[in-house]
Amino acid sequence: MSSTSSSPLHLAVALDGTGWHPASWREPVARPRELFTAGYWADLVAEAERGLLDFVTIEDGLGPQSSHFLDPDDRTDQVRGRLDAVLVASRVAPLTSHIGLVPTVVATHTEPFHLSKAIATLDYVSTGRAGLRVQITARPTEAAHFGRRTIPRIEAYDAPATQDLVTELFDEAADYVEVVRRLWDSWEDDAEIRDVTTGRFVDRDKLHYIDFEGRHFSVKGPSITPRPPQGQPLVTALAHDTVPYRLVARATDVGYVTPHDTGQARAIVAEIRAEQERAGRAAEPLHVFADLVVFLDDDPAEAAARRDRLDALAGEEYRSDARVFAGSPAQLADLLQDFQASGLTGFRLRPAVAGHDLPAVTRGLVPELQRRGAFRRAYEADTLRGLLGLSRPANRYAAV
Amino acid sequence: MSKPQKQIHLAAHFPGVNNTTVWSDPRAGSHIEFSSFAHFARTAERAKFDFLFLAEGLRLREQGGKIYDLDVVGRPDTFTILAALAAVTERLGLTGTINSTFNEPYEVARQFASLDHLSDGRSAWNVVTSWDAFTGENFRRGGYLPQDERYARAKEFLATTGELFDSWQGDEIVADQSTGTFLQDAKAGAFVHEGRQFDIQGRFNVPRSPQGRPVIFQAGDSDEGREFAASSADAIFSRYAALDAGQAFYTDVKSRLAKYGRRADQLLILPAASFVLGDTDAEAEEIAKDVRRQQVSGATALKHLEFVWNRDLSGYDPEGPLPDIDPDLGENHIARGRAQVRMYRDPLATAREWRELAQANNWSIRDLVIETGNRQNFVGSPATVARTINEYVQADAADGFILVPHITPSGLDAFADQVVPLLQEQGVFRTEYEGTTLRDHLGLALPHSRLRSSGGTPIDEAAGTARAAS
Ligand SMILES: Cc1cc2nc3c(=O)[nH]c(=O)nc-3n(C[C@H](O)[C@H](O)[C@H](O)COP(=O)(O)O)c2cc1C
Repeated sequence: MSSTSSSPLHLAVALDGTGWHPASWREPVARPRELFTAGYWADLVAEAERGLLDFVTIEDGLGPQSSHFLDPDDRTDQVRGRLDAVLVASRVAPLTSHIGLVPTVVATHTEPFHLSKAIATLDYVSTGRAGLRVQITARPTEAAHFGRRTIPRIEAYDAPATQDLVTELFDEAADYVEVVRRLWDSWEDDAEIRDVTTGRFVDRDKLHYIDFEGRHFSVKGPSITPRPPQGQPLVTALAHDTVPYRLVARATDVGYVTPHDTGQARAIVAEIRAEQERAGRAAEPLHVFADLVVFLDDDPAEAAARRDRLDALAGEEYRSDARVFAGSPAQLADLLQDFQASGLTGFRLRPAVAGHDLPAVTRGLVPELQRRGAFRRAYEADTLRGLLGLSRPANRYAAV
Repeated sequence: MSKPQKQIHLAAHFPGVNNTTVWSDPRAGSHIEFSSFAHFARTAERAKFDFLFLAEGLRLREQGGKIYDLDVVGRPDTFTILAALAAVTERLGLTGTINSTFNEPYEVARQFASLDHLSDGRSAWNVVTSWDAFTGENFRRGGYLPQDERYARAKEFLATTGELFDSWQGDEIVADQSTGTFLQDAKAGAFVHEGRQFDIQGRFNVPRSPQGRPVIFQAGDSDEGREFAASSADAIFSRYAALDAGQAFYTDVKSRLAKYGRRADQLLILPAASFVLGDTDAEAEEIAKDVRRQQVSGATALKHLEFVWNRDLSGYDPEGPLPDIDPDLGENHIARGRAQVRMYRDPLATAREWRELAQANNWSIRDLVIETGNRQNFVGSPATVARTINEYVQADAADGFILVPHITPSGLDAFADQVVPLLQEQGVFRTEYEGTTLRDHLGLALPHSRLRSSGGTPIDEAAGTARAAS
């Protein structure tokens, strides 16, 4: 997918608790006591939809949040606990009508069969606005929540054993996505015939066993859920390195990456495009979005001061895998357009404080981009794929 | 003074993938679009029903090695659809059938706790075990679990999820913005479970939900299934809606409670029940007959016989006599993914009995299946149906019914409009929801978390096998 600075820019927002800054819950707008209610999530997604954003992602995990990479911490000064992201997405789906809903799902300990029908169903309840963000977990503590396998402890990030482990978990995730996608296609679109004269409800020739055999699991199929409205809901993944870039290139519709400057952005996009070519998918559209953490205020000094204040509350400077931006909507618009010119097709913004920075995106950044002719002024499609300029894929099993 | 009238519980089962659902009726709508589920749920809530019920099957049914195509095929994911329904209803309970064989406790506990939060306390779990390796072919685990271990796993699964739910007391989150204390207990969610089926430990990451735990349903019918229900469930979804069979089941199951230290009112018996309404009883009988013929086509009748004969009977004429060959007594490879197969435990005896019945009444294959198959449980004018339902409940054939209409999604509309008001007039069914949670509707106590309730007796020792964490 080529991209010039005049082509439309896509915007998603990543929802995580009260926001991405660990002290975000202490801001007056944060509503931390409502985090486990439907109303809280409905309000955030409604705000994102008011800003005409392409989609929201919802973070999730199979263990508590932690300030350590591998283990739970015993901190009591940060938000701990969260609801299942697929269910949150589904709960808000009937209350919204255009925005895409992309929950995080962990491939490492869950069943692709269950997940495939869950996302297909999310696509039904949202009439074509579902996606997923596939994630792996290398935490031994989360493996212990399931007790089916042990995951060796990562001692050093650059050790060969770590590389092997990560590669294995991503290979498994690739199989997982393949199973999920085959299951979505396991019903042809016109399989339900309701033929009263012959008494047949379905044409069983249009239902397909997927017969997947992989290293980690095998799945027979077909799905119990008919092919979802989008045919293939959106598959997305966050990637920081070659192994996950490969997953993005081979298996997803949108990859999220974390460049800190335009040079890095260009290099990452080139690497992903090369992997895409190697996988024989060069002709297929694949979005590459950059993730950015954002503190947004009309006065840039205010944004910086807010970040400092939150850092002081947290007791340490906030660091992220993604670039952290603090400034005005106009400055952010400049940055996004700069980044876009290096080959990115969109951005997933992580609001530092959901209650503050999300409205700043929808009411500050979006109008700024619209003024520049860089962002939509109305939703122009009914489905998430449509918003992203992706066509509805033909069914792989359909007889031609 | 005479015994006070029992209050009736009513629930709605979204019509599913079996031949009770008449998809060929011109009024039949989608069984998969969300609008159908929303219509059905709103009707149930308008009628002040206790809950909506969803069944589940994790593999498409097959007959003779081919996907069974005569009934509705396909359904949505249970958790996802229930979460979405929580957005279009306010009080209606949301009961999902979730299998304990092809899931893991940590994930299912997260899903139910999340559903309970997102519905403000309306979730319920119908714990089923599945019975076949055939279903297992869709899962990482495969068909690994021998039949006699299904309930061992189910019991420990349920106990384990109980420990996960109880790993949060409900008072951990203080979220004090001024002092910076979010949690008052650094170990919130800590659990250890060491058992034969599960050996797991760590931190559960969903805080305690409004109901503490979902309401637990059980639907197995074997002796083991009944014991499981008596020991661990809040309600049973049974198949005995007729008066005599209902009373026998009711007495049997309720008598099993005492040995688990439970009172008779701690387990509700709610059979699945179908119904047909007409302006008069005679009209309803006519409609019911028509519906049965729609439910059992000639092809359907032959397939139904195959459940028992365990042979390909496609050469037989459904309008002709029953096969004179005997059933194949080997493992059933003809019909797969079917609970009904297991209903006929003695195929030779069943075949003999059916032949005698057919000969005596001059029935064809199709007549036999129609006549011996499931009749609608309640047929008549609204007044007759309301009266009968109430009689059954007062006579302890049930504590209420889970109604299964034969049309999607409008099949409940007439019941809501015509029968419910009569039950309300008789004072045996609520006119308004009195509480907000499903436990409130069912008259069930809120469970206390077992872990920290030191000293006090836990109010519910249902899950007798539960091990406390640490
Ligand atoms: C009325 C009734 C409804 C049932 N519904 C389901 C269902 O929707 N999904 C499922 O997997 N099993 C269902 N079952 C199966 C049981 O829950 C149970 O797993 C199975 O019958 C084997 O247990 P048993 O030997 O105790 O009967 C149902 C059983 C009964 C009696």
